[in-house]
Amino acid sequence: MVRPLLTAHRDVRPKNAMDNAKSLPRAHPAADAAASEPAGFDFAQSRRDSLRRKLVERSVHAVLFLCALISVLTTTGIVITLLGETIQFFGEVPIVDFLTGTRWTPLFASKSFGVLPLVNGTIVVALVAIVVAVPIGLLTAIFLSEFAPARLRSVIKPVLEVLAGIPTVVYGYFALQFVTPILRDIFPQTQIFNVASAGIVMGFMILPMMASISEDALRAVPRDLREGAFALGATRFEVVSRVVVPGALSGILAAVILSISRAIGETMIVAIAAGLQPQMGFDLLRSMETMTAYIVQVSLGDTPQGGIEFRTIFAVGTLLFVMTLVMNLLSDLLVRRYREAYE
Amino acid sequence: MINLRIDAQTTDAVTTPSENGQTDAILMTRNLNFWYGSAYVLENVNCDVRPREVTAIIGPSGCGKSTFLRCFNRMNELIPAARLEGSVVFRNRDIYDRTVDPVEVRRQVGMVFQKPNPFPKSIYDNVAYGPRVNGYKGDMDEVVETSLKRAALWDEVKDDLKKSGLALSGGQQQRLCIARALAVQPDVLLMDEPCSALDPIATTRIEDLIRELREQLTIIIVTHNMQQAARISDRTAFFTVAESGAGVLVEFNDTQKLFTTPTDPRTEAYITGRFG
Repeated sequence: MVRPLLTAHRDVRPKNAMDNAKSLPRAHPAADAAASEPAGFDFAQSRRDSLRRKLVERSVHAVLFLCALISVLTTTGIVITLLGETIQFFGEVPIVDFLTGTRWTPLFASKSFGVLPLVNGTIVVALVAIVVAVPIGLLTAIFLSEFAPARLRSVIKPVLEVLAGIPTVVYGYFALQFVTPILRDIFPQTQIFNVASAGIVMGFMILPMMASISEDALRAVPRDLREGAFALGATRFEVVSRVVVPGALSGILAAVILSISRAIGETMIVAIAAGLQPQMGFDLLRSMETMTAYIVQVSLGDTPQGGIEFRTIFAVGTLLFVMTLVMNLLSDLLVRRYREAYE
Repeated sequence: MINLRIDAQTTDAVTTPSENGQTDAILMTRNLNFWYGSAYVLENVNCDVRPREVTAIIGPSGCGKSTFLRCFNRMNELIPAARLEGSVVFRNRDIYDRTVDPVEVRRQVGMVFQKPNPFPKSIYDNVAYGPRVNGYKGDMDEVVETSLKRAALWDEVKDDLKKSGLALSGGQQQRLCIARALAVQPDVLLMDEPCSALDPIATTRIEDLIRELREQLTIIIVTHNMQQAARISDRTAFFTVAESGAGVLVEFNDTQKLFTTPTDPRTEAYITGRFG
């Protein structure tokens, strides 16, 4: 009954009232182009302009390419340096002994090159840091992205950034001078240099990164999805826990992996607060040595260059490089999957 | 409560259905004014929506149609700096009363959005989301099946309920979103240009669906497409932008009357396409 009425209107209705593009009258594009062409076209001038444009384009292209090349060359240089020394090292020490040995005493008279105690120390410190950083960082991110009013957010964000800007050496002394005494009050058997203190403080150091990457991931979850959930009568917490966090999960996982990578590579805090005793085990109150701390120890000590003792740091460095590389590749993979999630 | 500027312009609300003595409205707005920060979006809207009817909202871009629609389930308050004056009465209760929980409102007034927005979950979990957050303890399989059937999607997906909702076509995604909204058994379904992202065939299916759903619930639909409003709605509300920059309800009448014998020159200008 309504349809005929509309048909009657259709003829008089110009295009701006119509949303159905298919019924719009189409201008002929070719006709427009022909009309706007100037009468006399200067081909010589046009060719000069074209040459100039190409020249500018190419030089800009070249400059940008060179800048990009620098980072590639640097990376290549580092890898080559590491590999050269590392290959020499493995000429003297079998790679299997290096990767499976549980005694690390390259600086002692009875030398042993089992890297596992250093790996053990690195992983334990990183785990402590992650246990501190991931929950606090994730909850901070959720708070900032979903709950915090704009004004509170504008206070917390800069404070987090300040936390990220503190030099790690300051964190190291904070661990040694502030956290360790507290731990010793609680657990009297705590050694002066211990894994717990270094790990906890490292967790706070990583916290801003964890929070900020997770927050980006949470914010990237489309508003549509949040609204869809709200419209179904979900509370804010239900929207966050069942739609936003699952939607951002791969981004959050990427944040966790980058944090682990950062914790593995962190040097100053562990060198200052975790001690220099390479040993196996999981006793957090004892001193352990991480791979990075060992590299510092040798680099700054009086170990002569060129010897097997000195070459150990390249082998350890290569292993460290491989570990963080794998972590970063993993996070890259997750982030890429995550980008595709809504398209 | 109502400021002077608004009182001076009440004449903009030309047709208030209460003049017809309608008392059976399921949703009513009274002197509804709306702001986003300092932007005045809706001016003094009085509008009664009858139950089990399809009410279409039409008007030019920027006239506050979507904002108006979102006043009915308190979605606007998710946006900071949104401010509302006046009242929206649902079943004789002001949903903006301080004692009313917006979550409760949204469970009874469902919504379908412009762009299909299924969750990145399985078809089953998409439909089950609403009942789950509402603490439904019964047979979830049955709710999912019934809702998908009501949304005319069941036959297409019944063998693939574990498939991601995002793997469906645009039209299917939109019907999934309708099924998702129906699963919480709302009395009212708000639809914000539900076909604008769909092709003509998918649009036809959604329109058929709206006609079927009309038997069971009240539907308010914002549409840019006047032909669509004419095809599916019982009554149509025409909004436009007033001199104040805010959207006003110009005319609200039976769809047939509004399109054939509009009483306001602005309505006539719009539906005949003379609108600038």
